[in-house]
Amino acid sequence: MTEAVLLNISIAILLLPALGFITLILFGKRIPGPQWVGTSLIFLALCISIYVGFGKLAFYAGQNLIMEGRWIQILNVPVLGQVNFDLGIKLDNLTVIMLFVVNLISFLVHLFSMEYMRGDIRFSRYYAYLGIFTFSMLGIVLTHNILMMYIFWELVGISSYLLIGFWFEKKSASDASKKAFLVNRVGDTGMFIGIMILFTNYHTFTFDTIFAQIAAGNLPFHSSAWLTACGIMIFLGAVGKSAQFPLHVWLPDAMEGPTPVSALIHAATMVAAGVYLVARIFVMLTADAMLTIAVIGMITSFIAATIALTQNDIKKVLAYSTVSQLGYMIMALGVGAYSYAFFHLVTHAFFKACLFLGSGSVIHAMHHEQDLRKMGGLRKKMPITYYAFLISTLAISGVPFTSGFLSKDGILAGTLAFGSLTGHWLIPIVAFLVAMMTAFYMFRLVILAFHGEPRDLHKYEHAHESPFVMAMPLVLLSVLSVFFWYGLNPFNPSTGWFLDKWIKTPTTIVPQNMRFDFMKTEAPVAGSLENAKAGEVKTTNAPIAVGAPKVTKQNESETAIVHSEHYMHAMHQAHYPAMALSLLLGGIGILFSFLLYQWKKIDPDKLAESLKPLYKLSLNKWYFDEIYAATFIGGTLAFSKFLAWFDNKVVDGIVNGAATLTRMVSKLGGLFDHVVVDGFVNFTAYLSGFIGIFFRKFQTGKVQTYVVFVVFSVIILLFIFRPFF
Amino acid sequence: MVQVGLNHFLIVSAILFSLGIFGIVTRKNAVMVLMGIELVLNSANLNFVAFAKYGNFGLSGQIAALFVIILAAAETAIALAIVLNIYKTFSTVNVDEIDNLKE
Repeated sequence: MTEAVLLNISIAILLLPALGFITLILFGKRIPGPQWVGTSLIFLALCISIYVGFGKLAFYAGQNLIMEGRWIQILNVPVLGQVNFDLGIKLDNLTVIMLFVVNLISFLVHLFSMEYMRGDIRFSRYYAYLGIFTFSMLGIVLTHNILMMYIFWELVGISSYLLIGFWFEKKSASDASKKAFLVNRVGDTGMFIGIMILFTNYHTFTFDTIFAQIAAGNLPFHSSAWLTACGIMIFLGAVGKSAQFPLHVWLPDAMEGPTPVSALIHAATMVAAGVYLVARIFVMLTADAMLTIAVIGMITSFIAATIALTQNDIKKVLAYSTVSQLGYMIMALGVGAYSYAFFHLVTHAFFKACLFLGSGSVIHAMHHEQDLRKMGGLRKKMPITYYAFLISTLAISGVPFTSGFLSKDGILAGTLAFGSLTGHWLIPIVAFLVAMMTAFYMFRLVILAFHGEPRDLHKYEHAHESPFVMAMPLVLLSVLSVFFWYGLNPFNPSTGWFLDKWIKTPTTIVPQNMRFDFMKTEAPVAGSLENAKAGEVKTTNAPIAVGAPKVTKQNESETAIVHSEHYMHAMHQAHYPAMALSLLLGGIGILFSFLLYQWKKIDPDKLAESLKPLYKLSLNKWYFDEIYAATFIGGTLAFSKFLAWFDNKVVDGIVNGAATLTRMVSKLGGLFDHVVVDGFVNFTAYLSGFIGIFFRKFQTGKVQTYVVFVVFSVIILLFIFRPFF
Repeated sequence: MVQVGLNHFLIVSAILFSLGIFGIVTRKNAVMVLMGIELVLNSANLNFVAFAKYGNFGLSGQIAALFVIILAAAETAIALAIVLNIYKTFSTVNVDEIDNLKE
């Protein structure tokens, strides 16, 4: 198993779902059982990704494998000079883990959809869309440059659009798909500006080359402010895709799509792409950019958690919980807890996919009823769904012995350490509050749906446990939400293989004076930084032949330390207080939800009445949709009305004026034609006619006249030619 | 006594020619026109013969005159046939009234 083999079969992983898409979109209607085509291809991709993951993590855990080839080379561009576009894939530990996660969840969703979507009129097209989504998501994960990432980024955008609006006959669904697409466009524009800042300065899109340049002290436009701006601009792409405040409004509406799609795209993978992007550019984020990111993540997680408290639609609760958890990950990246952010991404992908598929199972059983107020008592009817759902709920609430406990705890400890080191105490306080709210609303969901007495007896009677293909993914995902997959110690993940061997926080490369104090590297580490630089310079200086892929290995610096001892110490210190606090607050949240909904000691309606302004604020989603409708949408409409007026009056006026002028000119031209040109032509004709009339006189038709002419002519000719005789 | 010389022949021939042309141009009847043509031809014959006698051409002039007489006979035959056809077509032999060539 060499590097080249791993890299080449990674391309196969990427292309298999694309093959499925092409087959199904072209011949889907003629193939009996289109679901088997899509599912088997994804299964194959899953097997290969397990093989690649095993090979990479077992043999090359400390190295980055890169294969790149020159795509386009333009020798002389004005201003920029020579410009190269490289295509390539990069396998590092982040990538192979993401490959596995994406393929596994995609495969399980394919499986789940076989039953859930059976009988849909566009069944084959559904599987085609899943294929192109998986293809583009894998593209984002695999690529080694930001241009390809942007291309695949837009491709996941379009597949998300297609799948949200899959039931486009419903107006709400087609509206939601448009909303998702447009809101994402706002973020993507920012991301594109960021990419262009990098490209203008470094003439390349390749991550490693850009980072090497920044590490060498070559800042964009020689200014640290531009580096910050660039980081924030690229982060804007993540704000759109990962549904961060203020662009989070599309994700809850995206729940109009089929539920398995929500599990795959809007919970586990696509929305995590934003987090993945920030993780990729993590090393070039300055302190200001990181603080911005942390604050945005904090605001998002808080707003979404408060909204989730009062929602009555089962999918809406899960959607807001997703937004809140994504805010967590973004916040973790902002405070520098890189490895925990990625850890949470993976664990969240599993348990949130499980929750969504579980809700899909419930919705399927209840004949497409999504209102929590009409459910209840489903535990007896659907035991498998219930237990899988419960395990995932425990994980997201941060109960010990689950994966969610490990990752969430790490994030909380990170924020606590960040607070103690920089004095931004608001971030840990909000993070802990959100942890409490998460536990509350998730248990509220479980209790309302599964516990107690059925509230809608008719639907309850018809409810039934889901068949094997729907139950199996639930069981598998809930099993993956248990701690021992990530490390043997259920209380300290940092000794487990996931964080100890696979995911390490990379060395930041921004200049020392632009880092947080605690991230400044101390003297002994400078050597390792140089090592890292030397390694990267080696790869960038090597010439790349056009069209010929090149395989390189990068050694990840073993001794790289991002944070000072100071930070590690603070993090270590924060670990147990954070754990105790999160347990306490999570426990309070769970207890509170039991009091309200299970034992009914407190009447939730009365509580809502007493906190009416807050309750209404949360129920109406902080009026974000209304605010946006009034400001951005209304503003856009008013502006377009103004433009329409401008078009009608000014532009049309100019056009009409030009038309009038042209008409006048052509009238003049017509007159000239008529009088002068036609006059000349007619005069010629008249002259010819006149000459004709004159000479006609001689043509009498009488033979004798002609004879006279001949005789006289001869006589005249004789006189003329007389000298020659 | 005036010696009859070449000039006398030529003068007679010229008068004959002129009378022939005059006949062709002025006569209305097509047959009269043909007779004018005969006069013109004969004036040419007279010239041939006169030049043959006074010039140094041997018998060529006489031969040519013979040819012209034969030619005139043939021509008259054909011309009379044409006149007959004209009469059939226009019911007249008056050349003044026949001006179809005009159109």
